[in-house]
Amino acid sequence: MNAPPKAIAGTSTFLDERLGAGSFLKRNLRKIFPDHWSFLLGEIALYSFIILLLTGTFLTFWFKPGMGHTTYLGSYAPLYGVQMSEAYASTLHITFDVRGGLLIRQMHHWAALLFVAGMMVHMLRVFFTGAYRKPRELNWLIGVLLLSLALVEGLTGYSLPDDLLSGAGLRITQGVALSIPIVGTYISFFLFGGEYPGHDVISRFYSLHILLIPGILLALISAHMILMWVQKHTQMPGKGRTESNVVGAPFYPAFMAKAGAFFLFTFGVIALLGTFAQINPVWLYGPYTPADISAGSQPDFYMGFLEGSLRLMPAWEFNLFGYTFAMSVLIPALVPLGIVMTGLALYPFLEQWVTGDRREHHVCDRPRNNPHRTAIGMAGITFYGVLWLLGANDEISSTFHISLYTTTILGRIAIFVGPAIAYFVAYRICIGLQRKDAEVLSHGVESGVIKRMPNGQYIEVHTPPAEDIAAHIRGKKEIPIIEGGVDGEEVPPKGLRSGVGRLRAKMSKAYGTDHVPFHEEEVEEHAAVGAGEHKQLH
Amino acid sequence: MIGTGISVKSTTARRRHPLARVAVVALALGLLGGGYALAAPNGSTADAAIASGKADDTAQGKSLFVAHCASCHGMNAEGTDKAPTLIGVGAAAVDFQVSSGRMPMGDAGPQALRKPRPEWATDEAISQLAAYVQSLGGGPTIPTADQVDPAQGDPAKGGELFRANCIQCHNFTGSGGALTYGKHAPTLNPATPTEIYEAMITGPQAMPVFNDTTISPEQKRDMIAYITHVRKQVDPGGSGLMRIGPVTEGLVAWIAGIGLLSLAAIWITAKRRRVKA
Amino acid sequence: MTDNNIERPEGRVVPARVVGTPPAAGPSLGEEPVHAPPGDPGVVEQDPAAARRAERVVALLFTIAFLAGAGFIASYVTFQVGDIDSTATSNFALGGTLTLALLSLAIGITVWVRQIMPKYNLVQERHAMVSDPETREYVKETFLQGANESGFVKHGLLRRTLLLAAAPLGLAPLVLLKDLGPLPGTVLRHTVWGKPTENGKPRRLVVEGTGQPIRAADFNSPGGILSVVPEGYEHDLNELAKATLILLKLRQEEFKSGTNLNWTHDGIVAYSKICTHVGCPAALYEQTTHHILCPCHQSTFDAADGAKVIFGPAARPLPQLPIGIDDEGYLIAKSDFHVPVGPSFWERGDAEAEARETKS
Repeated sequence: MNAPPKAIAGTSTFLDERLGAGSFLKRNLRKIFPDHWSFLLGEIALYSFIILLLTGTFLTFWFKPGMGHTTYLGSYAPLYGVQMSEAYASTLHITFDVRGGLLIRQMHHWAALLFVAGMMVHMLRVFFTGAYRKPRELNWLIGVLLLSLALVEGLTGYSLPDDLLSGAGLRITQGVALSIPIVGTYISFFLFGGEYPGHDVISRFYSLHILLIPGILLALISAHMILMWVQKHTQMPGKGRTESNVVGAPFYPAFMAKAGAFFLFTFGVIALLGTFAQINPVWLYGPYTPADISAGSQPDFYMGFLEGSLRLMPAWEFNLFGYTFAMSVLIPALVPLGIVMTGLALYPFLEQWVTGDRREHHVCDRPRNNPHRTAIGMAGITFYGVLWLLGANDEISSTFHISLYTTTILGRIAIFVGPAIAYFVAYRICIGLQRKDAEVLSHGVESGVIKRMPNGQYIEVHTPPAEDIAAHIRGKKEIPIIEGGVDGEEVPPKGLRSGVGRLRAKMSKAYGTDHVPFHEEEVEEHAAVGAGEHKQLH
Repeated sequence: MIGTGISVKSTTARRRHPLARVAVVALALGLLGGGYALAAPNGSTADAAIASGKADDTAQGKSLFVAHCASCHGMNAEGTDKAPTLIGVGAAAVDFQVSSGRMPMGDAGPQALRKPRPEWATDEAISQLAAYVQSLGGGPTIPTADQVDPAQGDPAKGGELFRANCIQCHNFTGSGGALTYGKHAPTLNPATPTEIYEAMITGPQAMPVFNDTTISPEQKRDMIAYITHVRKQVDPGGSGLMRIGPVTEGLVAWIAGIGLLSLAAIWITAKRRRVKA
Repeated sequence: MTDNNIERPEGRVVPARVVGTPPAAGPSLGEEPVHAPPGDPGVVEQDPAAARRAERVVALLFTIAFLAGAGFIASYVTFQVGDIDSTATSNFALGGTLTLALLSLAIGITVWVRQIMPKYNLVQERHAMVSDPETREYVKETFLQGANESGFVKHGLLRRTLLLAAAPLGLAPLVLLKDLGPLPGTVLRHTVWGKPTENGKPRRLVVEGTGQPIRAADFNSPGGILSVVPEGYEHDLNELAKATLILLKLRQEEFKSGTNLNWTHDGIVAYSKICTHVGCPAALYEQTTHHILCPCHQSTFDAADGAKVIFGPAARPLPQLPIGIDDEGYLIAKSDFHVPVGPSFWERGDAEAEARETKS
């Protein structure tokens, strides 16, 4: 094809004359995107969000966000004639009396789970590769905000059907709101329009869930994408990849096609789950009443860590000056969430403060090459994981026949011990992997060829590693250490003389010290010997 | 898998239908002081015997009791430090515990678990044993087939009662749940309608009692109708994921969802290493 | 290994260890170079024969997607809903065809990218985000010029009154939210149990789900439990959220000191069903141990001992409701709870101590 078809040429001329889009396309059609499978994880969340918008709109056509009493006269027999809210009745209607309604409802819910799960794995990828570093701190903060908003979006969403299970979640939300000092009671009364459960919360959650929060999410996701586009994607270390270039495939056509395929994969997997795995069977839960509850009442997975921390907490409450401090609600509801979200938000800045590293970074770290960061991340995952696991301790107890209180008590220990162990183990594994890397560079890789030496000794011939693998390994970079302070030989700079300053210097030294430096000279020498041996054998 | 329904035990229950109908009549007559029972043709006179207090069955029951139960419950069912007295627990408790295999109890554990019955515990032996225990001090009797017939119950009404009284321990579809100190509320799926009824009136182990004067027999039948209806019911949205709610859903989202999409991502971006000559 | 730049990618641009921002390298942010003219070494064409084979695979997959998509529409027309089995069939048919169509397309496009499109290894330059010093200087001057021209700096009165004007307007949206709910007042302290019925009689306890009043003589099996709601408020969710009870029948000798025996009737005791932790209905009752367990966060209460907490995060016992019987023998509430039920709230204070004081 030598000239664009007339239809396309005509349209683009029309648009270019009005938008001046040509120069934008000139710069961007062949924009380079680096290739790595983990770079697609964030797209799971992006595409899930698009599917959520599509399926959610479909659901709004039938859903009635009302709490007025109605008698169910639809086609699900075991609830026929039962009193329930309009919201619950219309959810049953979508499920059983609208063709494709159940499928779309299930896809919406699965997409919601994948939206949050996708954000989490994406965030972990960004964290462990250090891709949040300058100049991407703002995009990282947008990401933290997106994750927090997604949790609220999820909570408001799964509360809407007004079934017995989601009502339990709402009740817990209200109990937590009540525990907040000074304003708690008012927050609860303003949220529910009076006493719990009232008649307003579903319609209020509805407008939050379908308008306000998705609007903010959409705006933030757009900003996230634009920043990613402008700053260009990070790349993994490798041959020819530097801090001042991007190596990969052009947006048009290769990356576009890959992204399109991955969108279809995401859509397909969500459809697959919506077809073969039943989710949120509200008809089995029954309508909400504050008088009833089911065993094993759990929130969706992303709220599980809050449920777990509430379960973990021992009883603690006191009264002061005639006011009540419900610590056994306040602490578990706010502290873990605060630790996780604030920790995530501040990490890039704390790391900069400790390392004094103000450079731009566009080449990702391999997780092993920054062992302290990786260990901190693993400790965080363990902290979150213990809480999450404890959120399901009743299911664990009844499935594996472990005493319920034993799970709680183990959890209380594990929440402190677990992260410490995870930190230590992850750190050692990182150092071990670095040693392996150093060995690959200095001794090459095992070739599988056994050679008998003149003195009768058998050795396995090592060959130098493939060029791209060696380049990948050599991508390891020094972590800067702020100068002075620790060794005591020189007078430390002004900023480091205070207690905080000394701590900072100490942390900087620990964080940045490279325990497994590569010895390149040795590499070349040995690799040459290895290569020579290799040739002789042929 | 859960939807497949009532399992082996229910067939036993159904086999008893005609006999149990006889028992209703017999019970009525017995209460009226008529004092006679209709003899069933093939010898298994289970419930009729209890009602009429037929001496043979009671005697037979006593010898079964001595052989299989007395070591824990005492020679005269007066109880020991190992097990409670059975005086006044009634035939319904015996039928529930032995027909579901919970008694005789196997290993010492926090609670007796459902297991296959021992060989001696035939329907006839259970009815004899039940007659014996009933003769000791009365107590709840085995419900009639009509009382537990799901077809005669109203599942929607039963659902409301089920949610008010049962699901806090047994979960919203009767999948069971955890209790304190290693105890758990068992799944209701293998329980026959008769066993469900008997459990409600006798309160086996940690389970509280729902007696007939506060939750009427008709209301109990409605609950049985709901339980059996829902467990037979197909899961229209695919696999029911054990019907325990968001825990398994979360696992599937991570393992199947994120797992499959990660594989897809790896495949899309994978480089084929060119083999150099 | 031949290229030193690759071994130490930073060697040229930035010293190995630097504190502070290194000077921007290379040209400032501008037009991107356009890449990959035909014959670029970064674009490796696929083997034409393999590409033709792949084309057939892709075409097959796209055809499957077409057929599955058509099947989706056909399923919508064919399979009606209206009972649970037909819903199951419809969901399976619609979802199955949709999944097949989407995944076939996805796999097809992936094969297309991998085996028909060329392999790319293109390089694009990247520049520091920061603007060059002249630009920054220019922006700074323009800003100052504009600020001065506007008179915002010089005319202090203008500045201050503008800020003054903004203050109430900024508060207005918050004020508007006031009517979201009534003020709490003391409603959290009272339940409907303290209110007599319309004809002036004490309120009866009725069974949840059936609405029947409970004759004390009928609730006579030790180990029994009932979920109980107030007469006349069986479907009022706001009241149920506070007033729901669990009614237990124990043997008289099983009670311990924590239970107020004057508030029981013949071994029947009524506790609030609303957990004092965050308000779930605490209703898992073990008649052997008298444990009441809340399924949400596993607070455990001892029903024989005034529902005091024996495990879990709840800090206070479930409040006990004083009950008795009316002249027909039905269970009634003798008064409201003496302390607020349900989760703790800021204004609650030590209601237990207050209740004790009022009594003595």
